[in-house]
Amino acid sequence: MTRTIKIVWVVVFLAVLLVGIPAFITISERWDLYYTLTSVALLSIASGGVWLTFYIGRINIGQGAYALMGGYVSAILVVKYDVSFWLTLPLAGLFCGAASVLIGLPILRLRGVYFAMITLVLTEVARLLMLALPITNGAKGITSIPLPEAVKIFGLTLIPDFATLSNVKPAFYYLSVVLMILSFAALYRLVNSRLGKLCRSLQQNEELASSIGVNIAYLRVIAYVISSFLGGIGGATFAAISQSVYPSSFTIADSINFMLNCFLGGLGYVFGPMLGTLVLYFGWDLLFQTGEFQLLIFSTVLIALILILPNGLLSVRFNKVSRESAGRE
Amino acid sequence: MSELLQVIGLTKRFGGLTAVNDVTFSVQELEILSVIGPNGAGKSTLFKLIASFLRTSSGEVRFRGERISNLAPHITARKGVVRTFQETTIFKGMTVRDNVVIAHHLRSKASLFGYFIGSPVAMRDEQEFGRSADQILEFLGIGEIKNEIASNLPQGHLRALGIAIGLSTDPTVLLLDEPFAGMNHDETRHAVEMVRSVRDRGVTLLLVEHDMSAVMNISDRIVVLNFGEKIAEGTPAEIQRNEKVIEAYLGIEDESIGL
Ligand SMILES: Nc1ncnc2c1ncn2[C@@H]1O[C@H](COP(=O)(O)OP(=O)(O)O)[C@@H](O)[C@H]1O
Ligand SMILES: [Mg+2]
Repeated sequence: MTRTIKIVWVVVFLAVLLVGIPAFITISERWDLYYTLTSVALLSIASGGVWLTFYIGRINIGQGAYALMGGYVSAILVVKYDVSFWLTLPLAGLFCGAASVLIGLPILRLRGVYFAMITLVLTEVARLLMLALPITNGAKGITSIPLPEAVKIFGLTLIPDFATLSNVKPAFYYLSVVLMILSFAALYRLVNSRLGKLCRSLQQNEELASSIGVNIAYLRVIAYVISSFLGGIGGATFAAISQSVYPSSFTIADSINFMLNCFLGGLGYVFGPMLGTLVLYFGWDLLFQTGEFQLLIFSTVLIALILILPNGLLSVRFNKVSRESAGRE
Repeated sequence: MSELLQVIGLTKRFGGLTAVNDVTFSVQELEILSVIGPNGAGKSTLFKLIASFLRTSSGEVRFRGERISNLAPHITARKGVVRTFQETTIFKGMTVRDNVVIAHHLRSKASLFGYFIGSPVAMRDEQEFGRSADQILEFLGIGEIKNEIASNLPQGHLRALGIAIGLSTDPTVLLLDEPFAGMNHDETRHAVEMVRSVRDRGVTLLLVEHDMSAVMNISDRIVVLNFGEKIAEGTPAEIQRNEKVIEAYLGIEDESIGL
């Protein structure tokens, strides 16, 4: 794609997200869409992180652990230490990033199904930890989290106190969408810089990468930290929106969904997880009427999609353009 | 000439099997030294030990007097000792040019964060790597296929790409494990010239190779391994006359070691 076409796409995309959708919701009075789309935005941030670990050749089914951790870090800081939500957001990300260094160093040596299994277990361990730790309040979780406060610089209100808003839904929508835009802009930049090539060199051949002088252990941890950071801020924002967090807020099912979002959108495309999350989330909702068959139909369609489009939904649109970046071992 | 690389009493045991047994030799600056020996003699293991892909059981490798064994591969590479693989290893899903560009990693001056934000140093690096990659590809005669996806290449081009990747790291010593395997006669002749010209660029070369006529043609000196032990060392002419070597290769067609 040429530069101008790219810019046009970005402008259209931003306009739809920031103007089009809110306008549509106001006109059609489908206020419920705000909640749905806010969730999609936050889940795609977490999925974007998982996508990055895929990009270095690791199947990550542990993002739920970091989303949960991020939710609790923010909730505890807000409720028990009276810290502003806006400060807890990056802190939750950083906390998850730091935790993922400790966790990642030993487990990132594993590959394939071994890494995948360990990360799966990680989600469950996180849930049990939140049940057991003294500070997390066990199964009752942390509830009645105050809404985000105002952000003021020199008396100038940058962000109003969410509690004073007549309708808080659009505020959370904008917050989540802006976070999503920033996260994916960063991922896009990463993947299209030399860093992205380095990540792909790990995905394709770690041994060769180390023989050309790449510190593979370091690079793997960096990618994993970014991934967990995204999981953390996604989880923290979720906790703020639902004003609560429980050990079961993010479970193995969520971890699996984060991974499926990436598969569905396409592992070779940085915007894949965004599309994947949207389709999967709405697909699941649409099937709600089918009652007991919901899961059956859902899984069948998913399997069929993955078989028909192994490189994800985006491979249809961009097949020619980025055949190379989609090429996986 | 000076001793660039010293292999001293190097030993590697896998359980009960001693794959490399007390091997000692040294490599002079700018020479082409070949390691030969029957299958399973321990040649690939020897290379892996030199490049820190395996930990030694005992003994050590010195490069300019400094121990380089039992480090991590990327650290040994940073010091200037780089190994290519017996199996054709490349980054399959990337273009030929991207393979070579990425292999310039050791020459990068910018930090990872610098690459992320596109700092001036990073931009300069990228330009420089691109230019150097094109030059290396031209030099090895694979410039016209630089936009091909590497997994689509025929064997001969794959080997050339492997060497291009090795060269991109700007090595002092390059270890080539079976660089001519799977090539036909003409391709081998061309590749032998290629390896010579790599040496003429100032690279000291160690190679493992089965094609005996190529080995005899290209090597300054030869080290012969059998069951993990060094049984001979010398010029190609000396090796061809060596009783132990002839014995080790008994049962193998005479002409295959160029006798
Ligand atoms: N990772 C390993 N574990 C166990 N045995 C090995 C390993 N690598 C090589 N070997 C054994 O060591 C011996 C030497 O192997 P290798 O160095 O590959 O021989 P060459 O390259 O000379 O054909 C062989 O008997 C091989 O089976
Ligand atoms: Mg071998």
